[in-house]
Amino acid sequence: MVAIATEIPTACRVMMYREALNEALREEMRRDPKVFLLGEGIAQRGGSYKVTEGLLEEFGPERVLDTPIAEASFTGAAVGAAMTGMRPVVEILFIDFALLAMDPIVNQAAKYHLMTGGVGRVPLVVRTQGGAGGCLAAQHSQSLEALFYHIPGLKLAMPSTPKDAKGLLKTAIRLDDPVIFIEHKSLYMSKGEVPEGEYLIEFGQAEVKRPGRDATVIAWSAMVPKCMSAAEKLSAEGIEVEVVDPRTLVPLDAERLIQSVRKTRRAIIVQEAVRRGGVASDIASIIQHEAFDYLDAPVEIIAGRVTPIPFTLTLEQACMPQEDDIVAAVKRTLGRE
Amino acid sequence: MANYSKDFLAQLYRTLYTIRAFEAQGVRLYRQGLIRGYFHPYTGQEAIATGVCAALADRDYVLSTHRGHGHCIARGADLQRMVAELLGRRTGYCRGLGGSMHIADLSKGNLGANGIVGANVPLGVGAALGAKLRGEDRVSVVFTSDGGANNGVFFEALNLAAVWSLPALIVIENNQYAVSTPIHEATRETDLYKRGIGLGVESRQINGNDVLEVYEHAREAVARCREGRGPVLLEAVTYRHGGHHVNDPGLYMPKDRIEYYRANDPVTIGRDYLADLGGATDEEIRSIEAAVERELENAVAFAKNSPVLSTGEFLALIEGY
Ligand SMILES: Cc1ncc(C[n+]2csc(CCOP(=O)(O)OP(=O)(O)O)c2C)c(N)n1
Ligand SMILES: [Mg+2]
Repeated sequence: MVAIATEIPTACRVMMYREALNEALREEMRRDPKVFLLGEGIAQRGGSYKVTEGLLEEFGPERVLDTPIAEASFTGAAVGAAMTGMRPVVEILFIDFALLAMDPIVNQAAKYHLMTGGVGRVPLVVRTQGGAGGCLAAQHSQSLEALFYHIPGLKLAMPSTPKDAKGLLKTAIRLDDPVIFIEHKSLYMSKGEVPEGEYLIEFGQAEVKRPGRDATVIAWSAMVPKCMSAAEKLSAEGIEVEVVDPRTLVPLDAERLIQSVRKTRRAIIVQEAVRRGGVASDIASIIQHEAFDYLDAPVEIIAGRVTPIPFTLTLEQACMPQEDDIVAAVKRTLGRE
Repeated sequence: MANYSKDFLAQLYRTLYTIRAFEAQGVRLYRQGLIRGYFHPYTGQEAIATGVCAALADRDYVLSTHRGHGHCIARGADLQRMVAELLGRRTGYCRGLGGSMHIADLSKGNLGANGIVGANVPLGVGAALGAKLRGEDRVSVVFTSDGGANNGVFFEALNLAAVWSLPALIVIENNQYAVSTPIHEATRETDLYKRGIGLGVESRQINGNDVLEVYEHAREAVARCREGRGPVLLEAVTYRHGGHHVNDPGLYMPKDRIEYYRANDPVTIGRDYLADLGGATDEEIRSIEAAVERELENAVAFAKNSPVLSTGEFLALIEGY
C-alpha cells in the first residue's frame, strides 16, 4: 500500500458524509481499473443513500453493477472476483441484510489468506449501513459490528465524520484484506470539513475529536457526535472530557486509547450496539488490563438496551444511548452525581 | 365463467375496496407525520391478496411481505388494530413494536410481514411442514415478489417443499420492479413461474389484476395442496400504481405502463364483476364503499386515541432478552 502522508491538509471544504464517500469511490475508481462496485440499486438510482450517485455515468455499467436481491450470491461473487485480483466494493443496503451473506464474508473471505498459507488475498470492501433512529423497526436498525469484530481475518471501519469516511474508504479499497466498512444511516447528511486533494487515513489510528483532562469518552460512528454534544454540556459545568474515536475497530488503536485514559484516569465507552458481547466490553477489558493502576473509577459502558429495536418512536429512543446518559456516566466516574 | 353468488362477489369487492381505501388513508396519515419509517402501499395489487385469501380456510397460514397491508386485510384483520399498529400504538396488532413492515395477525393465521425480502419463503415452507407433521389439514401460503424470487432461499425452499410434497402455495406477486430495478435487469427469464417447473412444481402464470382469475387458480392450488399434491407456484403479474414506498415518486416507471395497468385496475375489475355478474346496483356498491369508509374512519379515530406502550410495559416485555 502506498502511504500518502496522512491528513493535516491545508485547504478544506465542507461536504456531506455521503458526498465524501462518493468522492472516495470516484477517486479510487479513477486510479485503479480493478476497483468496481456492486449492489442493489447503486447504478441507475445511485444507491438508497445516494453514495454512488453519478458513478454509473462516469464508469459505465461494467464497473457499477446493479444486482438482484441476492446478497449471498453477489457478495460471494465479489469474494471470488477479489481472489483473482479485482478490488470489488460491495454495497449491502442494510447491515441487517449482511446476515444473508455471512458465509462468503466469514467462512470464505476472512479465512482465505490463512487457508492458502498466506498466498491468497481477498481485497474486498463490504460497505454497509447500520444503526437505529429512523423508526425502521427491528430488521432495519441493528448495530452489528460485534459480529464482524469477532471474526479473525476481517478489518472493520466505522467512520463518524465526512473526513474520516473518505480517508478510510480510500484506504480500505487499497488494503489487501477484506474490510467491513460500516456507515451510519443518521450520518449521511451530516456535514464536516474534508481536505482538498488526495489523502488517506491509515487503519488503526484513533483520533482525539476533542481534547480534555477530566475523563476519556471513547465512541465511534454516530455515537461520536452525541458524545461531542454531551462534552459541550459538561464543559459548561467545568468538566472537560476527551472524546476519542478509534475510527477502525480492527485494527484497534489501543495504545492511543490507553494513553488518554492514563491521562484522565477515567474511561466511559459509548456504543449504540446492545451491551451484551459488544465491542465496548472488549475495550473495557483492554483498559482495565493496560491502565489498571491509573484508573480512579470503574470503566463505564453506555450501550444500547438488550432488545431488538422496537418500531415505536419513543421506545426506539429509549433503547439508544442518549446525551443525558453520557453526561451522567461521566459524572459518576468523577463522583459528581 | 363459473357461477358466483352476489354475496361472494360483494365480499371480494369489499376487500378490494378496503385495501385501496386503507392505503390511501395510510398515505394521508404518513404525510401528517403520524406514521413513520417505511410504508409500502399495496395499491395496484389488491386482487392478489383478495383472490388468494378468498380461497383459504380460517385455519390456513399466510406469510406476508414488506408490502403486507393487503394480505392482513384480506385475512380479515381488524382495521382498528391495523391502523393502531401503523401509528405505533399499544392497541396495535404488535403493540406498536412491529409497525408496517412487521405487522402480523396470528389469530388469523397471518404469521407476519417481513422486512427481509425472500426470507418468508422458507418460513412458509416450514409452516406447511409443521402442519403436515402434526397431521393437520392446513395450507401455508407464501406471498413473495419478483425480487424475492431472485433470492437464493426462494429456490432452496421451493425445492424442499417439492421434495417433501408440502401443502404450500407460493405466490409471486410480479409487479415487475424491485424498488427501481426493472425485472429484466434482475433476471433473464422474466416468466417467473418457470422457476417452479425446473423443480418439478406445478406452476402457472396468471393475471394478478383479475380477482376471479386469481381466486380460481388459488382454489385449485389449495385443493391440490389439501390432496397432498403440493406445492404449487403461482406467478401473479401486476404493477404498482406508484413508487416503491410513500417517499418514492417512481419517476422511473414509464407513464404508458402505469396507464395500461390503471386501465386494468383490480378494484375496478372487481366492481364490474359485482355489477355485471352479481347484478349489484350502483347504490348497493356505493353502500359497501360507504361502510368501508366509516369503518376506516373509526379505526383512525381509535388509533389516534390509543396510547403508546409505556416504557415500563416495554421493559417487562423484553425482560430476559
Ligand atoms: C434481503 C433484503 N435485501 C434488500 C432489501 C431492501 N429492499 C426492500 S424492498 C426491496 C425491493 C423489493 O422488490 P420486490 O421483492 O420485487 O417486492 P416489491 O417491493 O416489488 O413488492 C428491497 C431491495 C430487503 N428488505 N431485504
Ligand atoms: Mg417487485
